[in-house]
Amino acid sequence: MSQLAIDVRGLRKEFGDKVAVEGLDLQMPRGEVWGFVGPNGSGKTTSIRMICGLLKPTGGEGQCLGFDVRTQASAIKRQVGYMTQKFSFWTDLTIRENLEFVARLYLMDDIAGVVDRTLAGLGLQDRQHQLAGALSGGWQQRLALAAVTMHGPQLLLLDEPTAGVDPQARRDFWDQIHRLTGDGGVTALVSTHYMDEAERCDRIVYLANGRLVIEGTVADIIARSGLVTFRAEGDRVRHLAARLRGKPGVEHTAYFGAALHASGRDRTRLERAVHETSGAGVAWQEVRPNLEDAFIALAGEARHDSRWQA
Amino acid sequence: MIARGFWRRVWAIFQKEFTQMRRDRLTFAIMVAVPVMQLLLFGYAINTDPRQLPTAVHAEESTPIVRSILRGLENSGYFELVRESADPQESSRLLASGEVMFVVSIPANFTSDLVAGRHPQLLLEADASDPVAATRALGQAQTIVTRALRHELGGSLAGLQERPEPFELVIHPRYNPEGITQYNIVPGLLGVILTMTLVMITAIAMTREAERGTMENLLALPARPAEVMVGKITPYLLVGAAQTVLILVAALGLFDVPFVGNLGILAAGLAIFAVANLALGFTFSTIARTQMQAMQMTFFFFLPSMLLSGFMFPFRGMPGWAQAIGEVLPLTHFLRVVRGVMLKDASFADLHASLGAMALFTTAACGVAMVRYRRTMD
Repeated sequence: MSQLAIDVRGLRKEFGDKVAVEGLDLQMPRGEVWGFVGPNGSGKTTSIRMICGLLKPTGGEGQCLGFDVRTQASAIKRQVGYMTQKFSFWTDLTIRENLEFVARLYLMDDIAGVVDRTLAGLGLQDRQHQLAGALSGGWQQRLALAAVTMHGPQLLLLDEPTAGVDPQARRDFWDQIHRLTGDGGVTALVSTHYMDEAERCDRIVYLANGRLVIEGTVADIIARSGLVTFRAEGDRVRHLAARLRGKPGVEHTAYFGAALHASGRDRTRLERAVHETSGAGVAWQEVRPNLEDAFIALAGEARHDSRWQA
Repeated sequence: MIARGFWRRVWAIFQKEFTQMRRDRLTFAIMVAVPVMQLLLFGYAINTDPRQLPTAVHAEESTPIVRSILRGLENSGYFELVRESADPQESSRLLASGEVMFVVSIPANFTSDLVAGRHPQLLLEADASDPVAATRALGQAQTIVTRALRHELGGSLAGLQERPEPFELVIHPRYNPEGITQYNIVPGLLGVILTMTLVMITAIAMTREAERGTMENLLALPARPAEVMVGKITPYLLVGAAQTVLILVAALGLFDVPFVGNLGILAAGLAIFAVANLALGFTFSTIARTQMQAMQMTFFFFLPSMLLSGFMFPFRGMPGWAQAIGEVLPLTHFLRVVRGVMLKDASFADLHASLGAMALFTTAACGVAMVRYRRTMD
């Protein structure tokens, strides 16, 4: 058995003359949780679909759970749980009917028992005869996760599973993912736009314009972004961002509540820029750049690169 | 009083609506194509005074007078003598299979009997299952033959031109001798209703998955294309079976349509026909992105099926190109089967061409549906 859950090289997908994914290399060990991040349209969904055999790559090769992504799609489907970005269960079937349908397609024995246990795990026994469409967004996501894990997949491919879901439901959702991966040795690749979710992952893969920009732990990514970040707090910083922007050395500014972050890769010039605005109730101090700062810097860099290549 | 800004907001909505209409290429194309198709079909294809109707000749003698009668029939424009029939059995088979609409039978000694003033009989058998198609030609037959004979019966035979006619034209309108329209329409309706509902229902059932986003889930689950297709189609096959029973019961019970043929042959025809329509609906669903588009595509197919199949207007009355299109449509062949079985007691041998044509269409439609479904995600 391959030690890698996902092992793809140069995976490429074109739709007409539009390149959605431009050569993806990914070696993901079993049992880990990886975050798949990047701006909208960066190729995350297309990559996930290729990995689980739903889309045929137009170039490259690879294996998912040891099966060839080009030729062994049906074997992959049986061992992968793929949760689509949009809720894709049948809203005009009841919760129970949805689960039963999925269980039947996986040719499970004891359908009723499996569905009962799944419903109990979800705490949805009382509502099992309600239409799935009547569930709130958070519950729909939990139902979907339960449905795609019912057959005991070795790999979970979750495409923005928590988009539009409230914080409590998101936390519950991630607890569930860690339970599955911790005890069961399940591997999970989770795409997300939430930085707090990305920070819960063992490693992060950052995609932009259909290319893998960087892959590593949170600390790796922050270090490799080369960013220096200064932070100032207080009433006086409210109008500071406009003054800082455009000064040499200041690449990004962002407010976090009453605090302002100013980041850049050139420490000397950034220090000079922030000093010019300090004093009179504004005190800058250096902080560790957060993941969001790093990603925004990386995204800017990726845009810059592609402009040069074009 | 019009509120301030009324027209500007109307204009904004108008523009948005128009832009969306333009973007929906399929809808736009169908909106343009349907009127064009209707104009062409109603304007050129449909003819309620059908001519050049295929006719077989069973002549037991060939004399100048017989040849003159046949020429007269052909020159009238109503009858096109397409083939000869060796015996009455073959004549019946040709009528039952729908290959010809008329058979002219001229007995041996027709000419000598005529000359001797013995008033010989001339038999004209017609497939009257579609009363509209046959009536005009039958109404003209007597005049045509009389006129043809008038040329021949000059000189010493002029005496035979007196009244009554020197021959007796016996007209045999078969299958539907009283010319009851329902006998033709009601069995045909079975085909029309199945076409409409089965194509549409399948197209919509599949498109709904795509429109709601559940298709991706279905594809991600371990179900093969053939499994999805058979599983999705079969429920509607049962719907079709229920409709069939309903219509047949109504045909026999309410409209007293005769059922003289073999139910087994009809069942075989129904099965092939239903699968053809379902496969077509499945194919439409792989093209249409919304349920609305699926409906429109169904209508686009339904219109020529109604008009060119021989359901509403006589098939043989249409020009060649329209008949050629009609031959492709499964409804055309199904109508031949259902009318053949119910009204004409047509045998399997009589209908094998129609059954074969439907089977061919079904195979092609299933193939296209499968290929297109496989490409759904790409």
